[in-house]
Amino acid sequence: MTLETYFDYVILPILTISIILVFVRLLKGPHVVDRVVALDLIITIGIGIITVFTIRSNQKVLLDVAIILALIAFLGTIAFSYYIEKRNDE
Amino acid sequence: MSDIFIAIISTIGALSIFFASLGILRMPDFYLRLSVTVKASTLGVGLLLLCAAIIFPDISVTTKAIAIIFFLFITSPIAAHMIGRASYFSNTPLWKGTIIDELEGMYNKETHELESDPEKADPPRAPEEDNIADTEEETK
Repeated sequence: MTLETYFDYVILPILTISIILVFVRLLKGPHVVDRVVALDLIITIGIGIITVFTIRSNQKVLLDVAIILALIAFLGTIAFSYYIEKRNDE
Repeated sequence: MSDIFIAIISTIGALSIFFASLGILRMPDFYLRLSVTVKASTLGVGLLLLCAAIIFPDISVTTKAIAIIFFLFITSPIAAHMIGRASYFSNTPLWKGTIIDELEGMYNKETHELESDPEKADPPRAPEEDNIADTEEETK
């Protein structure tokens, strides 16, 4: 078993299953903060999938997308928590 | 040799991401879900990025991967702290098996400051009005 088939048949399916599990929480989440955390985790797993895809397709340009996604996940969570805390004061 | 090493660390990374997603689905309340998610997913993505840094012989990829790892390790605790604080202010219930809530009455609800002296903060609420959920369904 080469490293390529290992990435294709083991690592990527594990990541796909975990993104589906997090998506269930995004749909279910009883409060809005649950959904925010689930969204943050989905983007983080997305960075992992992009990394594995970079390795498999040998396209190192794709890592730039991962940098932007990491930035967006951070800013999104900060903005959500800021406004959730503000909304509470009304 | 290098292939085996890469296979091992990518497996650890993928499995810790999988455990993070299992935890966010199965844990009983929001705060436990938060504490499971942040650490495990940061470790997993960091290990996967380390794989990419080792595999590519190029210095630009290594620099980018290490930059992403560094950025994730700095930002994800801050984001988790902010969202946990916001959820505590918005009265998200704790799990019904929670024994003690040490932040109870320590936050000043007007100024959103944490007081060390409970006298200066809010008056303590009645036991039936605390943040701990009464049933399993409230936090599920």
